[in-house]
This record gives sequence, C-alpha cells and structure tokens, in this order.
Amino acid sequence: MAFLRNRSFMIGAVLATVFVAAALLSFLWTPFDVTKLDIAHKLQKPTELHWFGTDHFGRDIFSMIMVGARTSIAVAVLAVGIGILLGVPLGLAAAARKDSLLDEIIMRTNDLVFAFPALLIAIMITAVFGPSAVNAIIAIGIFNIPVFARLTRGAALTLWTRDFVLSARVAGKSAPHISLEHILPNILNLLIVQGSIQFSLGILAEAGLSYVGLGAQPPIPSWGRMLAESQTMISFAPHLAIFPGMAIVLTVLGLNLMGDGLRDLLDPKIRRAR
Amino acid sequence: MKHTTMKLALTSALAITAGMAYAETTDITIGMQLEPPHLDPTGAAAGAIDSVVYANIFEGLTRFAADGSIMPALAERWMISEDGLTYTFSLHSGVKFHDGTSMDSQDVKFSLDRARAEESTNAQKTLFAGIDTVEALDPTTVRVTLSAPNGAFLFNMAWGDAVIVAPETIDDAKTHPVGTGPFTFTNWVQGDNITITKNADYWGTPAKLDSATFKFISDPTAAFAAVMAEDVDAFPQYPAPENLPQFEADPRFQVLVGSTEGETILSTNNKMPPFDNVKVREAMSHAIDRQAIIDGAMFGLGTPIGTHFAPHNPDYIDLTGQSNYDPALAKSLLAEAGYPDGFETTLKLPPPSYARRGGEIIAAQLREVGINVEISNLEWAQWLEQVFRGYDFGLTIVSHTEPMDIGIYARPEYYFQYDSAAFQELMEDLNAATEPGDRSFILKAAQRMIADDYVNGYLFQLASTTVANANIVGLWQNAPTQATDLTAVYWND
Repeated sequence: MAFLRNRSFMIGAVLATVFVAAALLSFLWTPFDVTKLDIAHKLQKPTELHWFGTDHFGRDIFSMIMVGARTSIAVAVLAVGIGILLGVPLGLAAAARKDSLLDEIIMRTNDLVFAFPALLIAIMITAVFGPSAVNAIIAIGIFNIPVFARLTRGAALTLWTRDFVLSARVAGKSAPHISLEHILPNILNLLIVQGSIQFSLGILAEAGLSYVGLGAQPPIPSWGRMLAESQTMISFAPHLAIFPGMAIVLTVLGLNLMGDGLRDLLDPKIRRAR
Repeated sequence: MKHTTMKLALTSALAITAGMAYAETTDITIGMQLEPPHLDPTGAAAGAIDSVVYANIFEGLTRFAADGSIMPALAERWMISEDGLTYTFSLHSGVKFHDGTSMDSQDVKFSLDRARAEESTNAQKTLFAGIDTVEALDPTTVRVTLSAPNGAFLFNMAWGDAVIVAPETIDDAKTHPVGTGPFTFTNWVQGDNITITKNADYWGTPAKLDSATFKFISDPTAAFAAVMAEDVDAFPQYPAPENLPQFEADPRFQVLVGSTEGETILSTNNKMPPFDNVKVREAMSHAIDRQAIIDGAMFGLGTPIGTHFAPHNPDYIDLTGQSNYDPALAKSLLAEAGYPDGFETTLKLPPPSYARRGGEIIAAQLREVGINVEISNLEWAQWLEQVFRGYDFGLTIVSHTEPMDIGIYARPEYYFQYDSAAFQELMEDLNAATEPGDRSFILKAAQRMIADDYVNGYLFQLASTTVANANIVGLWQNAPTQATDLTAVYWND
C-alpha cells in the first residue's frame, strides 16, 4: 500500500511501464514495419495513419519509437546486469577481506575504470571491435561494475561489524557463506534502488552512444540515432526530433522518479526517520 | 565605343560613390567539410587539398575552366608534332613563385620528372606514365616527348596533381605551399581554418579578392548554422541537400546546383564470393531502385547513371535501362546463380550522407530480394584502411570524384578488383588513340563493357551544391575537378 501512496514512485512506475510495454508489444506488433522504407511518403507530419509522422525514409516514427524502446531497454538491462553480476561479488569479496591485498586490487582497479567516462570506454571498444549494440552493452556494462562494487563494499562493511554477523562468524561460517546468506539480503534494497537509477543512466548512455554512431547499427531503430539523423531537418520537420527526444526524456524521468520513490520506500535509514 | 565609355564612366562613378559610403568587401570565408591532411597537391589523393590550393595557389601547364574545358595556364601555347608524340610548350614569361624566384622551364622539368619518378608519392602517377622525356629548351620552352601518342595528355596536365612546383620550396609544401597562383598561402590554424592572401605580383589577371579564409566545419548541422548566421559566405559541396530549399527561399542566399565528376556507385568486391559471379552482380543491379536513392538520400539531387561515366560528357551513353529496377527479375537471377534464398554480406559506409543514407536504402532494397546486408558505418580513416587498402568488404558506397576516371577499371589491384583483360586492352587502345572519333568510340565501348559485366552498382552522378551569399559572383556552378577557384570571384555590393 505504501507503494501506491508514494506519488513519485507511482508516476515513475507508470511512465516506465508504458515504455516497457511498448517495447514488449513491439515484438508482436507495430503499426508499420520499421525496416520497410516508403520514400514516396517521407517527412509526413503526424496524421491518423502515422501518429508520430514519418521520417526522411518514410518510416513510421511511432513504430520506430516502439522498437527503439526495445533497443534502449535491452541495452540498459544487459548493461546493468553486467554491472550487478560482476560488481556485487567483487564488492562483497572486497568487504569480506577488508584492507587485504585483494581489497586493494579490486578497489584500485575500480577507481581506474571509474576514471574513464563510459563514452571514452565505448569509443575504445568500438575502435577495436567496430560499432554495434553488443559493444555498447559491454561499454556501459563495464562502466557499471565499479558503481555496484563500491556501493556493495560500503554497505557490506558496516554490516560486517554488526553482532549478527559476528555470531555467524563465531558459529564458524565461511566469509563467502556469510556474504551470501547475511550480507546480500540486507543490501538488496540498496541494490534495487541503485539498479533503477543505473538503468535510467544506461538508457541515456545508449542514446548518447547511438547518437554519435557507436550504438545499434541501422536498420535497427534507436532513439539516439533518430535524434542524430533528424538534426539537419529539425527546422522544417521538427517532429523527427521531438518524438524520440520526448521518449528519452520521459523514460529517464520515469526511471529516476521510480528510483527516488523506491529509495523512500526501501531505504531503512529513511524509513526509520519517518 | 562611345556607349562602352559612357558605361565605364558610370560604373566607376557608382563604384566611387559606393566606396565612399562603405568599404567594398574584398574578403571571403569559404566553408569546407573536410580539412586537408596537408597542402601539397602532388603528394596525396585527398580532394580537400585541391579544394584549397587548385588554381588559387598552384597552377599547372594547363587548367580546368569552370565548364570543364581545358585552358592554357602557365603554358601560353603549345605545338603538337604530327605524330602526336612531341608537345612543345611555350611558357608565360615573367612568372614568379610566391617566394620571388622565377618560374621557368627548369621548374616544369623538375615538377614533371619528380611526379613520374620511381619514388614519387604522386597519387595519380598514371597521368605521367606516358612521358618519355622532358627537356628544357630555353627558359620559356619545354619539350615533352611521349612514348606513345596520348589524346588525353593536355587534360592530364590540368589535374591538381600535375601542378608546377619549385625544387627549393617543395619540401615544405605540406605546411607552407609556394606556387605561382593569384593567391599566396598565409596561415593555417590546424583544425579551424586556412587563410590565403592576394598575390600582388601575379603574372596574369589579378584576383579581385584581397583575402580568403577556408573554414572547416565537418558537422552538417553546424554547417547549416554557420551559413544561416552568415559566418561563412559560401559553402561549396554543401553537405545536407535537405536544407537547400530553405536557402533557396531566403533572399540572402543563392544556391548553385550543377554537375560533378562524382560517379556514386555501390562498389562491389569482385574477387569475393558470391560477387565473383556476374549473375549475382546483375541480380543486385536489378534489385536497386536508383530514383528512390536519389529522392531519399539526396532529396532529389543527382542524375541516374548506368555505367561509370559522367552524364554531361558528350560521350556518355545512357545504360540505366540495362539495370532497371525489377525485384522479380533480381530474385530469379539470384536463383539462377545458385542463391535462391539470397546470402549475407557487409556494407561498409563512409561518412557522407549519400553513403550513410543511400546505404540504408540499398540495404532495405537488397533485403527485399533476400540479400541480408549488415551495415557498418566507418570514419574515412577506417574506410581507407579496411575497404580501399584492405579489400575487407562485400559492398560499399562511394563517389568517385576524379574526372574521366573510367581507367580505374583497368587496374586489377584497385579496391573493387575488376580484372578483365579485354577492358585493360581497351584502355591501352584509348591511351593510344588521338583522333576524337576513335576516342569517343572506345569510351562508349568501355562504358558498355563494365555495364555488361555489372562490375559495380551504378547509382547516380553526384550533384554539385553550393550555397553562397546572394551578392557573390564568379563561383563555379559545376565541379569539373575538385577545386574552389577564387580567381574570378568578387562581391557585387
């Protein structure tokens, strides 16, 4: 019930749901085929037939936004997945062996990766392997690893000093065992909140990468590339930029609001303060 | 006579009045999309070099005029021997390089010998291949002897790669070009602009402008903003055809649409299966709808071509019907070739919009007949590395902007790797032919041969699009060679 009463969570959840639903629906149905060009009907303003108009190749922009949502969400989900799957175990390990050589190696490597912006990593990767959605996922994913590793280590360290962990150690449980059984469940809320925020950053990063041509390659529609391609036509066909732009803004806004709401609802410190 | 005098007097009176009101504009800022890698036109293929230096800084024995005809330049006149083997050039006297040294027959001999030398880095060495000897008879007379008659020799000497340079200054030409032209090189701010200034000691008709700045703007959106804000006065080869109607509607600007020598083709790796099968190439040519590409990628600008030849050339033959858009025929040809379900290949695209947008359209059209194309967008450096030098591609789209370049099909090592003994023989015949009638006949046969072999997908002739301030006079409408000839440009205000 608390979820329903939290307004920012609700607005965010509705926005995010709309785009996730659009992405899922696009697997089954889109108003038009996004790979089919219809040059005779290019640059049409929004009409009953083409709700968001058509682009410079006569493709239906509404359909492209739907499939573009799929691209964005897939890239962001997988990238956050990489971050969680690699970052959380690293953070747990570093916390379990605080101040050890392992801790130093993990955290300093994290700092090193953190020092490079995601875009720079992406350019490096695409320079070697060529631009593609997979490489965008890897680039954004690598950027996510230190975020989760740090968060996990920080939160886990405070838990390691708590009495229930101490009693587990006295009972002879191994460090990996304690990390999985006692630490991880207690930081799960934190990870969920961070995950939703990283997810929105991932969508932004994907849009940014495909805007500069390093994301999904044509003919796979992507919001960032739609924006880039509309740039020279914005003065006479503004709908080409408005719709993908709004899609990015609303999705990121929705996920951020949802993340904020989740923090209010799940973070024990804030919950206790109420 | 009296009438002319009156008119002259009136004009000068007007000019004086205007001059009193405000200073006449004598400088110009030219927008360019690509920055040249350096400024020695005899040392690289990059067209951006010629866009700055051709006719402005460097001159050759002959030159291209705005309409593509060959005009005398440093050579005042020439005599051709009966057998077509000996060209005796009379040079203009009193021509000086920008460093004050005089240009004479020794410089011509040096330039031509340097370009055709074994270790020469000239990008168009074939232009000089037929030269046997170059002799400086006296300071203003040069005799060039060819090993075989060459009907295109004067044309070859007009290229930017054949300009006359001085032995003392050529080593620094990459950063400090010294030529004989009406403008001298002044400054190069790397990554931003190049400035050239009027040459006060020019041997011929002096330039009307006092200075010109070439400003490099790679992003089409930024180019649009720069022209709209009047930060640049003219933008030849304007990169975004979709913006031209807006400029046309704006009284501040003029839009010059003309022809170029740029055959835009779907280059096909002729050595790579399945493209080594002519049936496959023929099938692809019928899968492509040229008009859709011209409309979709170039917003209607461009002339369809059916072979590798410029449509404005009198020897051009229209072979577009031979590769008309017929997806059903394409499918049956693919089946005949043994690919009833199509195949997969790569399409590597350089940055210009004709390639990026044209590539998306072609990929969609090929998909219709079952050919699955994986697009990858490359920067120029990557494209040169992977496609042009590495042969690592199935398909690519590029505009071949050199004038009269059908000869590239006689080079089996050229990146699309068409290796036909019959065509190579034909080009040898062409080089030997001096009679206009014979040349025309051979050129037509050559166009047919590459169309019959479906070597590449022939798409359209790139249009030359220049956006300029409405008061600028004298810019080239057509682009017979890559150049921004400012020698006759002035402001009409």
